[in-house]
Amino acid sequence: MAAAAHSRVYAVLGEFEHAGALLKAAAGLRDAGYKKFDAHSPFPIHGMDKAMGLGQSILGFFVFGGAITGCFLGYLMQWWMGAVDYPLNISGKPFFALEPSIPIMFELTILFSALAAVFGMFALNKLPRPYNPLFYSKRFTKVSDDGFFLSIEQSDRQFDAIQCEKLLRDLGAVHVEVVEDLEIEEL
Amino acid sequence: MSTESHSTQSVGSYSGDGHTSEPLVAGSLSFHDVTRLVAGHAEKKPPFAWYPAFGLAVLGLGIFGAMIAYLIWNGVGVWGNNNPVGWGFPIVNFVFWVGIGHAGTLISAILFLFRQRWRTAINRSAEAMTLFAVVCALSFPTIHVGRIWFIYWTLPIPNQMLMWPQFKSPLLWDVFAVSIYGTVSLLFWYVGLIPDWATMRDRARTRLRQKVFAALAMGWTGANRHWRHYERAYLILAGLATPLVLSVHSVVSFDFAVSIIPGWHTTIFPPYFVAGAIFSGFAMVMTLMVIARSVYKLQNLITVGHLEKMNIIMLVTGSMVGFAYTTEFFMAWYSQVEVEQFAFINRATGPYAWAYWTMFSCNVFAPQLFWIKKIRRSIPVMFVISILVNIGMWFERFVIVTTSLHRDYLPSSWDYFSPTWVDILTLIGSFGLFFTLFLLFIRFVPMVAIAEIKAVLPQANPHYYETHNGGPVREKETVTKNTEAS
Repeated sequence: MAAAAHSRVYAVLGEFEHAGALLKAAAGLRDAGYKKFDAHSPFPIHGMDKAMGLGQSILGFFVFGGAITGCFLGYLMQWWMGAVDYPLNISGKPFFALEPSIPIMFELTILFSALAAVFGMFALNKLPRPYNPLFYSKRFTKVSDDGFFLSIEQSDRQFDAIQCEKLLRDLGAVHVEVVEDLEIEEL
Repeated sequence: MSTESHSTQSVGSYSGDGHTSEPLVAGSLSFHDVTRLVAGHAEKKPPFAWYPAFGLAVLGLGIFGAMIAYLIWNGVGVWGNNNPVGWGFPIVNFVFWVGIGHAGTLISAILFLFRQRWRTAINRSAEAMTLFAVVCALSFPTIHVGRIWFIYWTLPIPNQMLMWPQFKSPLLWDVFAVSIYGTVSLLFWYVGLIPDWATMRDRARTRLRQKVFAALAMGWTGANRHWRHYERAYLILAGLATPLVLSVHSVVSFDFAVSIIPGWHTTIFPPYFVAGAIFSGFAMVMTLMVIARSVYKLQNLITVGHLEKMNIIMLVTGSMVGFAYTTEFFMAWYSQVEVEQFAFINRATGPYAWAYWTMFSCNVFAPQLFWIKKIRRSIPVMFVISILVNIGMWFERFVIVTTSLHRDYLPSSWDYFSPTWVDILTLIGSFGLFFTLFLLFIRFVPMVAIAEIKAVLPQANPHYYETHNGGPVREKETVTKNTEAS
């Protein structure tokens, strides 16, 4: 633990041959008790959430909040602007009625939900993240092409670079490397 | 060219749509092949045909700008709009362009929800088309207001009159519907692009490209903890875009249907407009894709099988609009309202009969040829039909706007609407705007969704590799001949 804190080691990165091997290895890391690890692939792999021991995404709650906000704002805006702040008499119709207000309430519901979905996703993923030590790895550029990787971060409680390297190899990694965070001053 | 490829039927529901014996991607491509094929086009110099096409498009854009400048300088009198036809070309063009956009959302959202995995071949470019069509569409009502420097009055922002927009007007609903549609389409498109921006970043050779794509990709590492929320966001956006797209053209149709003009005041308008929008949009996607796949040699990704499926959708939606045209006549007769009946008889036999029958033959008769499988799979024929449908759908909006207005309740004010040269050049110019944006898109942006295409390849299924007797076993695998010869 103390050794890890003083080094520049950021993570141990293992490369796997294909999606199937990655899925199996991820399940292996989960079973070995690791928590701060991640699978990197050019496309989402079916069954990976289960293999990594992750539950459902909670994004839906953000979106529900956005939807309620949008709908309520649409109602409030049309009522306040049309009936309170500057009542407009349009051919003797009521200043405010629900029926003609529905299209705009609906559109604003969609707008706020969509904004919540996108920005909620960014927030949950902690994106944008321009700096990531993984990008120092030359091999890791394949992740957006045809590379399949597992990374175990040094912040994991069980982290030990040598142990992790061995474990990744045992799980079938074809190449393992230690990724260093070059921004950290060497002590 | 006849390539052997693995049937996607064999590898379970994840890799194929399970209903087709045709592979989603032809030619047994590897993940790297897909990256190279798609990303490569956004990196190297475009094929020669791109330059004259771009030159022509920019010329059109120049005309568009010049016409708008001329309009602003002189006022809306330069158009053919006058009593009784107060809504001339600008509104026709507006409805036409919004409609074009709808196919993009249908492909990206509705087909996604229905798990039609063939959409991956075309969804990126169809979504781009949606965005650019919405840009074209929004420019028309903006210039139609005449004094475009007051366009902000349509938005609920404080102004010097201390007044707010009139929320009971369908025209204002339109402002909300179309601008929100544009915003959500942009979000959807951008979210879909993030993994592909990362691909472009990782392939970038120059410092500038690296920086630009790194900024766009926002640090994407393909992490599964990210994919988890990403996929959920994508699903939710698809779920939101689906009712949105249906609502947008319904709201556009309210502009007409909520009025009391005979020929406009009909309850059939919302579904009829939505079907027509999808129909016209698919025709536009078809026109663009037939050109793009041959110029960019993407026949393996955008297969004849995909185009055939689009033709089937055009056949269905074309028949729906044909049914709607006929229903309008029935309703006019059944209503026993004299002016209503006159409006429709005048449409089919009056001074604009030429426009009506152009519309009818292009939209209803031409797509019926798609009942024949040979025609459905013939590239030249589908190209011609797609152009005919584009023309027909423009005329549909022209017929609805013009014929309903030019002979109203007061025969003394009847008139014949003719466009001016400014009207016609503005319409041509809007195509310039559209194609300029579209050509820039295929020049700089991956025009096929790389990550999504990879996910539908058979080897993307983790169970594809399950070993049996030492070697990878591809259960119940059948090797089918790819019949596409192109």
